[in-house]
Amino acid sequence: MVFTVSFYLALSICFFGVFLRMAGWARTEFDPQDSVGSLVRRLSGIFTGSLRILSSRRIVWIAAALIRDVFLQIPLLRAGFFRWLAHMCIFYGFVLLVMMHALGSIITAFFFPDYASTLDPFMMLRNLFGAMVLFGILVAALGRMRRNRFFRATSRSDRLVMFLLALVIVSGFLLESVQIVSAPIFDQMVDDYMGTDDTEIRDPLKAYWAKEFYVVFSEQPSSQDLETGQTLHEENCAACHSRPGSAFLSFSLSRLVGPWALWLNRVRADIWLWYIHFGICFVALALLPFTKFFHLISVPLNLMARAGVGLSSHPGTPDDITRLALEMDACTHCGVCSLHCSVAPIFRIIPNTNILPSEKLMSVTQLAHGKQLDATHLEAVSEGSFICTECFRCTERCPSGISLQTLWRKGKQTLIDRDYPDPHGWVRQLTTDQWADRLDRCRDNKPLCDTFNRYRHAAQDPNTFSACIQCSICTNVCPVVAAADGMMPPEVTPQQVMNLLRLNLKELALGSRMVWDCVTCYLCQEHCPQGIRVTDILYDLRNIAVERLQPVRRPSSRVHPDGCKTDDPHGKNRNEVS
Amino acid sequence: MKYAFFAGCKIPYYLPSYGTSTRAVCKALDIDLIDLEFNCCGYPVRHQNETAAIFSAARNMALARKNDCHIMTVCQCCYGQLKYAAYWLTRDPELRKEINALLATEKLCWTEDVQVAHFLSVLYRDIGGSNIRTLVKKPLEGLKVAAHYGCHALRPSHVVRFDNPMAPTIFEELVALTGAQPVDWPKRLECCGNPLWEKNNRLSLHLMKKKLADAADSGAQIIGTACTYCQIQFDAIRRTVSEDASINRTITAVLYSQMLGLSFGLERNDLGLTNDAIMNMING
Repeated sequence: MVFTVSFYLALSICFFGVFLRMAGWARTEFDPQDSVGSLVRRLSGIFTGSLRILSSRRIVWIAAALIRDVFLQIPLLRAGFFRWLAHMCIFYGFVLLVMMHALGSIITAFFFPDYASTLDPFMMLRNLFGAMVLFGILVAALGRMRRNRFFRATSRSDRLVMFLLALVIVSGFLLESVQIVSAPIFDQMVDDYMGTDDTEIRDPLKAYWAKEFYVVFSEQPSSQDLETGQTLHEENCAACHSRPGSAFLSFSLSRLVGPWALWLNRVRADIWLWYIHFGICFVALALLPFTKFFHLISVPLNLMARAGVGLSSHPGTPDDITRLALEMDACTHCGVCSLHCSVAPIFRIIPNTNILPSEKLMSVTQLAHGKQLDATHLEAVSEGSFICTECFRCTERCPSGISLQTLWRKGKQTLIDRDYPDPHGWVRQLTTDQWADRLDRCRDNKPLCDTFNRYRHAAQDPNTFSACIQCSICTNVCPVVAAADGMMPPEVTPQQVMNLLRLNLKELALGSRMVWDCVTCYLCQEHCPQGIRVTDILYDLRNIAVERLQPVRRPSSRVHPDGCKTDDPHGKNRNEVS
Repeated sequence: MKYAFFAGCKIPYYLPSYGTSTRAVCKALDIDLIDLEFNCCGYPVRHQNETAAIFSAARNMALARKNDCHIMTVCQCCYGQLKYAAYWLTRDPELRKEINALLATEKLCWTEDVQVAHFLSVLYRDIGGSNIRTLVKKPLEGLKVAAHYGCHALRPSHVVRFDNPMAPTIFEELVALTGAQPVDWPKRLECCGNPLWEKNNRLSLHLMKKKLADAADSGAQIIGTACTYCQIQFDAIRRTVSEDASINRTITAVLYSQMLGLSFGLERNDLGLTNDAIMNMING
């Protein structure tokens, strides 16, 4: 009763959750302004799109992808042998357990009418599959511990999934080991199948089972007639019972719990463990759509979709957005992308996890689902997103076949639309005077070199610019200055920037067009008769600007985390600048 | 001759033909290209955080050192950035110590002995004109080429040490080896405008237009490039703004690796060459 009710409850939660997740694909929109179409339009898009592809010749490619990518998991093999081994063990171990053991009365009994769970080879195979899963989890866990390059790619949800899986298997083994030694089960079976209360008849069988099947009885059977016991066993039990030794793991475990067998039998541990075992299984089933387990559905779908329609590259139509939503759900957080990411080493200097693709994807997914992220988070996502060079390596490596490249481009566009562009974008929003004013109003206007571990501070060190003689050669050779006619003026020229530095007024240059429109062609530096590293200084001013202008960027954020007040329109605090 | 091939971030997705053609030409010249899993050179992040840029560059050089080879880049910006990092790592012991401390956790170490060379200087210095000339089977006779150096290979000259920054000749000489005719053009040392693409598109395109017009006025039929970013600017980005009538459309940009490959008689498919214009010019 409890079993049936909880099973159907878990199953309906599972189905409902899967439906929710899939409906989510049709509801995802990166930007509410995007014309992503109505829910009905998107759902019918999924349906007709799938039908169109499945009825075309591409179905051959999809079938090939099913074998190569899903059954043989070749993309994982490319990511590493141990990853593949672990995943194959877990996947096949678990799938076979579900089919042979959990659905034994339906599937196995269909193929083998004599099926009984306590009969070989099923008993042995069940242990083998369970051992495979445990081995896979062990390899995966060790790999996760070893593989971290310099960041933790393992999140709480990764641990939860591995833990649940291990719990299912371990509880199963424990249950079986307790069942092996269980006298109450023996008594009940004898009642059910022999139909006699006569201890004269039962005792030889009891003795036989105590010796050969390692059942632990509280009182020793009066008869030790093993020969009669064996005959009785062959008549009544042998058709359904192999020796417990073939359940190699559970049997070893039952030897270990042997000393406590009498107590376990008394408290009916077999019943409790049975509840626990199926309870955990049903919890896992119910959680499937809401945890990483969902990749069991999303990854094969994505790999086949990829084989069917190719990599999505330019999300333009509502169907493309649906496709991207499926891709985002196919992430298993395996961390392969971050291991190969071209800009991942930058994470060691700028400790923003959104630089790493495996972590950034979670933020981009939240963006796409229209979740409200706070300003700090959005700034971090923006920094990470615009550091990405779109080298395509993550997309090539992803074992789930996610076209991450497309997601990154889409994410960048969304961030620009939400007013979180790269520094070039937001610095341009104010004039250099306005920026200087903002900085001036910020009390805690401390120089950068104190707060930031900087190696080369060209713009901080007077030796680099004090030799400037204001000859204006830098300005004369500058292509950006030359292009000024009809363009936004550079506000200050390179030579004027040098002069501002000499006057210790570099705040007036930080937000200038000259600094941010510099093409870094180095003509000025090459031509400077005084050997001043003009371009290097302009570069450095950008570094300083990123650090110092970002906190005063949003006037709405009244108090900066450092306690820097930005709502001082009259500059009353000017004199307090340290 | 053996080099670790530093393709940079943009080639795999945005300009695969540069990788294809470079490999094909290097194979013909018997240059062994090793593929290591390099990270970004650090150039794109330099405007944000110089330390991150230097660390990125140092990690690449340390990776090449671990594999016992020198680096060949085909992109001026990668080249400039790697050279810049090497320059300061050599001169600043404090910086070197800190960067190496970070690298040590990956069992890597930066030392001065890793050389960074540009594809053009490998051809010019290591292979030499006479060796290249022997391989030229189909000279690109009559083709007038504006050789586009790219800023970060030339400057800052005391850091990159590529060629004379005011009057460089390497690229023109290499163009002449293919049988093509290099033209003299006033803006040959200026910026293509790409560093400002997606940052200030108007200015970026303005700089590009001036260069295209100048090359055309100087009688060039094509612009020869040897930098990923310059080529992307003159080719892919120019095509995205097709509605802008003020952009010169007649002059196309062709990668030097493709020009050299064509002169070697390599198949255009092996060079990733999809541009019909240059084929018409050569055959016509």
